[in-house]
Amino acid sequence: MREVAIIGVGMNEWGELWEKPLREIFVEAALLAIDDAGVKRIDSMYVGSMSSGLFVGQEHIASLLADYLGMTPIPSARVESACASGGLALRQGFIDVASGMSEIVLVGGVEKMTDVGGGEATFALGTAADQEYECYHGVTFPGLYALIAKAHMHQYGTTREQMAMVAVKNHRNGSKNPAAQYPFEITVDDVLKSTLVADPLRLLDCSPITDGAAAAVLCPVELAKKLKKDPIVKIIGSGHATDFTALHSKEDITWPAATAKAAERAYKMSEKKPGDIDFVEVHDCFTIAEICVTEALGLFEKGQGGKAVEKGLTSLEGKIPVNTSGGLKSKGHPVGATGIAQVIEVVKQFREEAGERQVKDAKIGMTQNMGGTGGSCLVHIFEKE
Amino acid sequence: MTGIVGYGAYIPRYRIKVEEIAKVWGADAPAYKKGLMLEEKSVPFPDQDTITLSVEASKNALQRADIDPREIGAVYVGSESHPYAVKPSGTIVAEAVGANPDCHCADFEFACKAGTEAMYVCYGLVKAGEFKYGLAVGADTSQGAPGDALEYSASAGAAAFIFGKEKVFAEVEATYSYMSDTPDFWRREYQYYPQHGGRFTGEQAYFKHILGAARGIIEKTNAQPEDFNHVIFHQPNGKFPLKVGKMLGFSREQIEAGLLVPKIGNTYSGSSPLGLTAVLDIAKSGERILIVSFGSGAGSDAFIFRVTERINEVRDKAPKTREMIDGKKFYVDYGTYAKFRGKILKG
Repeated sequence: MREVAIIGVGMNEWGELWEKPLREIFVEAALLAIDDAGVKRIDSMYVGSMSSGLFVGQEHIASLLADYLGMTPIPSARVESACASGGLALRQGFIDVASGMSEIVLVGGVEKMTDVGGGEATFALGTAADQEYECYHGVTFPGLYALIAKAHMHQYGTTREQMAMVAVKNHRNGSKNPAAQYPFEITVDDVLKSTLVADPLRLLDCSPITDGAAAAVLCPVELAKKLKKDPIVKIIGSGHATDFTALHSKEDITWPAATAKAAERAYKMSEKKPGDIDFVEVHDCFTIAEICVTEALGLFEKGQGGKAVEKGLTSLEGKIPVNTSGGLKSKGHPVGATGIAQVIEVVKQFREEAGERQVKDAKIGMTQNMGGTGGSCLVHIFEKE
Repeated sequence: MTGIVGYGAYIPRYRIKVEEIAKVWGADAPAYKKGLMLEEKSVPFPDQDTITLSVEASKNALQRADIDPREIGAVYVGSESHPYAVKPSGTIVAEAVGANPDCHCADFEFACKAGTEAMYVCYGLVKAGEFKYGLAVGADTSQGAPGDALEYSASAGAAAFIFGKEKVFAEVEATYSYMSDTPDFWRREYQYYPQHGGRFTGEQAYFKHILGAARGIIEKTNAQPEDFNHVIFHQPNGKFPLKVGKMLGFSREQIEAGLLVPKIGNTYSGSSPLGLTAVLDIAKSGERILIVSFGSGAGSDAFIFRVTERINEVRDKAPKTREMIDGKKFYVDYGTYAKFRGKILKG
């Protein structure tokens, strides 16, 4: 297996992009990534998109996006793993380069979510859960994560305030990220007084609906060195795992087992352990998700994720900064693009282009991108050389 | 100079509180009250509709104008809740106020800006000399689907204006219109309740068009925000007009006199026109007023008025708008409201 490097990243404005169609949103990000990489050709591409069909009525975006990027006839594939589609695109690109099948691969993610109303968006997102056994009974994603939050509070004494602190921290980081959809700070009180969505989760516990795309260019480390890239951003671990789709099938709903398994695989491949990681981007689709995930990644003991946030261990200055980009909460969550945007934050940190949110001496970074209530998960570990 | 010679308002006496609606739907009343600055809204009685509200407001306008109704050469009613799909509201209003039969009559519809649209056309034809006086009304008994965010604001009310060249107390200094094809809110034929594009109704619809019309009229007249004593914007909730006012450089004080939505809700075609009646109730001679409506679909009409001495002679001749808002009123529960609005029908 060849070593793989990330040589270019691109991300344009995120938010409510009323004036732009899906193809334009993607092509803008992809061209930025290609320009950043300084390459003249792409051998293949992988695009993560959770539900372009339900959001904009467009399937077959693999060819559509290659077409509008001016890249036909290259092989192009759309990959889907709900909110982990972007992370999956990265892994497919990684495998493609590592195997020797392709030299230069574009990986990206895109979602255009605001062309539909709130009800339709809730339905589209709900398809990441088990339609027949969960959704038909009326549950929505905030409802499922509310159950997880209640269980975590009950089992480990996690408090309402600790969950709020996740949002406060991520917004503080996001306020330092010009690319964030909501780049402003909030307080614990703001979270606790925001509109109740699904008890105990309130509006400011939930990541937003976002239009956006992100893209990155991968190639063998050898080639990256020839191109004189500095620093070399290496993908040293890739872990992918699945778990029960339906929440009720899980043995412990507070334990994202696919995340734990994917992390185990990524740690093994990279020969790293939790203590080696300098910073991590995780899938905080809801505040409680970040708490559960940091435990499953082995960064904190089981049940201690809430307390870790309260102690400031996950803040920018803490022991292990989590979501320096602002996370899904502040940066935005165009579901298919999220997994790639996480990687972009890693590259920015390694290049020391993160401005006020720069993590000092960041050498090893990790991303965790999760689908649904944890039915699928991608964990990647990166090293700066 | 052409302008307003008579104005009148009408607001039904029934009200429902935000808490009462929120209670039924398990919604967060404090969030609606704080976020949208809505407290309560007017509810039409079962025997009231756009036509009866228009007649009431028109009668008040006629009392102030003190003219022979037979001199009214046009009756224009703007609404998105005309009781008939085919058959005008305006003919009934014209007959009721005695303006018929030598009269041009038309109904207007352009979501919430149908009222100012009627005013715009009426003013233009009076200015052109087509008829001596013209009556323009904005009225609605607006619809909000049960449980929809609109249900907290969709209310009822009417404002009527008589335009002429004699006895003018609010001269029209300028007009401006701004529109685009923007599907932010609509109701198709045979549908009872409108649909809307959620957050798309904000920046891309309300703000874009109000800013377009307001900036257009300000530029056209070389005016500055401080040149206006009062400004009125369409009021779908309390937050939007204050926000758009701030974006244009107006102070809260300039907006407050005409801001009625927290107490009566969004009267749709009556919304900014009713705000204008409340401002005329207190305006002083020489003051300048800017009004900018908004209608989904979408567009905005803007007018600049200059108030004359004559305002002091007419304003007390009919009930004032704030008196109707703060005067005798009856609160209804959701069940009564649902019956009044035809949301439930007797089996």
